[in-house]
Amino acid sequence: MSRLETSSLFQLTSMRFRLFLREPEAIFWTFIFPILLAVGLGIAFRNRPADVLQVGATTPQLTQALARDKGLSASTMDQAAGTHALATGAILLLAIETPTGVSYQFDDTNPDARNARLIADRAVQAAAGQQPSVLVENQLVHETGARYIDFVVPGLLGMNLMGSAMWGLGFSIVEARQKKLLKRLVASPMPRWQYLASFLLSRLVMLVIEVAAFLGFARLVFGVPFRGSLAQLALLCVLTSLAFSALGLLVSSRAKTMEAASGLMNLTMLPMWILSGVFFSASRFPAVVQPFVRALPLTAAIDALRGNMLQGLSLPQMTAKVGILSAWLVVAFAVSLRIFRWR
Amino acid sequence: MTATPSTTSPAADRQTPSLLLRGLRKAFGDVAAVDGIDLDVARGECFGLLGPNGAGKTTTIEICEGLTEPDAGTVELLGFNWRSHAGELRQRIGIQLQETQFPDKLTVEETLRLFRSFYRRGIPVEESIRTAQLEEKRNARVGGLSGGQKQRLAMACALVGDPELLFLDEPTTGLDPQARRHLWDLVDQLKQAGRTIILTTHYMEEAERLCGRVAIMDHGHIIALGTPQQLIASVGGEHIVEFAVAGAGSSHARVDAALLAALPGVQSHRVDAGLHQLSVGELHTAVPRIFDALAHQGLHLSELRTHSASLEDVFVGLTGRTLRDE
Repeated sequence: MSRLETSSLFQLTSMRFRLFLREPEAIFWTFIFPILLAVGLGIAFRNRPADVLQVGATTPQLTQALARDKGLSASTMDQAAGTHALATGAILLLAIETPTGVSYQFDDTNPDARNARLIADRAVQAAAGQQPSVLVENQLVHETGARYIDFVVPGLLGMNLMGSAMWGLGFSIVEARQKKLLKRLVASPMPRWQYLASFLLSRLVMLVIEVAAFLGFARLVFGVPFRGSLAQLALLCVLTSLAFSALGLLVSSRAKTMEAASGLMNLTMLPMWILSGVFFSASRFPAVVQPFVRALPLTAAIDALRGNMLQGLSLPQMTAKVGILSAWLVVAFAVSLRIFRWR
Repeated sequence: MTATPSTTSPAADRQTPSLLLRGLRKAFGDVAAVDGIDLDVARGECFGLLGPNGAGKTTTIEICEGLTEPDAGTVELLGFNWRSHAGELRQRIGIQLQETQFPDKLTVEETLRLFRSFYRRGIPVEESIRTAQLEEKRNARVGGLSGGQKQRLAMACALVGDPELLFLDEPTTGLDPQARRHLWDLVDQLKQAGRTIILTTHYMEEAERLCGRVAIMDHGHIIALGTPQQLIASVGGEHIVEFAVAGAGSSHARVDAALLAALPGVQSHRVDAGLHQLSVGELHTAVPRIFDALAHQGLHLSELRTHSASLEDVFVGLTGRTLRDE
């Protein structure tokens, strides 16, 4: 047997890998689910090209004038058909040629209809030979990094780091306790710190695969930007994962049954799913609860991940967030070591 | 099997008892689970703690294993105590706990390799697999093993560190008779290899079959201690005659117990729910006398059984209860 084979830390860590890889559900939730979620959200919130507005006109000349604007799609119809098309929403505006000029029929409570009115009028005036009195120029901005998918990818990453660390640690420990395996292990000469260290080691290796797969996907498919240092991003992921591992250890340090552990786990994670700004910005919550929201580890993690990926901030620029994560790591780990139930 | 390790420690002296307990006490809330136990187990002994569920066997053995802290008393294993030499002791004892479930998705070999890695020295994993007769199941997942195979795996995990002292807590509880006999053979092998074994059981036949000496426990006390033969002899006879008379209810009151007990060859008499139990030295002389005595009293037998006296009868004689009616 090689030296590695006889090392208990190696054996314990291999056990963690084997147990993880032989659990198909765990693989799905850790690796596949976050990617599916990103795909779903990416499709739902994709940026559409600027809408072309449907309008109608009573004469071919008027239709021609309107169609000259790229923002409009115009068709010719008589007034009765036009009124009907308006009522059914097929068109937003009907331009009627009158002896004195043009009359617009539209619903002024509908923002799209008001837009159609502005564009149509501009087109009609231009066709009549009106020149703009001020020369203007349009600069179109479709910047990556400001889209919803760019916002949500760091959020999902943070959420996934939380889930895999907490479930990975918490569930295995409580299961081992419930099945008296924990008791059997401490009845052997196994160094107790190695048991806990094996979780952290396996977590770190899994983390590499998990984060690389998810972010790689986000980069290739959605072109999500990485503006900050990749090394610091990796460091942030490790810190986040360790902080949530410590929290998972704390949650599972006393629970004797899986049911109790699941309850505690959800109780811990649910507020963070809602409050920590995974899907929308945490700053939408009222000012009174902001200090609480900011102190949550997931808020700190997601804010820091967004800071790195979207704003290109370096770690020294985010000391508060890194500090909050580190504090959670140290306090949760210290408390759980103190109260941990080995049997 | 590798020989018992040579070590320079004076504690390895053959004179030091493997286990020494003095004034051991442990209470859970108001219940005294272990209530003043003194015990010595010599090297190479196979010692049994026998008693009904709730007698305090598991608490006692877990205190010995260093898993439970006693409220009072001294525990010494191989001349060491848990306070000062926990690390050393963990290396030198092997433990099988009641109802440990090893991870279902590991194989037998992986599980043993894991446990082997905890010990500085021990037997090769292959040898532990052979000893536990799990060769065919080496690459099988633990989740697919039968109850008996799981128990043998637990035993193999206790053996990989080549322990000087082996604790087995109810090793055959819940196994079918064939799996139980299989495990007994395994314990026999370990005894022959000269290991000290301390086991708990609530099966008297298991204690009789395996143990050189037995302590019978009840309500946290040791109520009898000795070889199975000594304990059985203490009942007074080698055989037990059980009978009931026809016309139960009031009729059994007419059986003259004093007369029966006074018969030559009858050592004791007790009655439990209409069933009379006599312990006798020789069946072939005592039974005809009992028949005669009953006939004289005008009684007719409705039931008659005899069996060799066992530890069960010792327990019944001491407590008035059977081992299993808890």
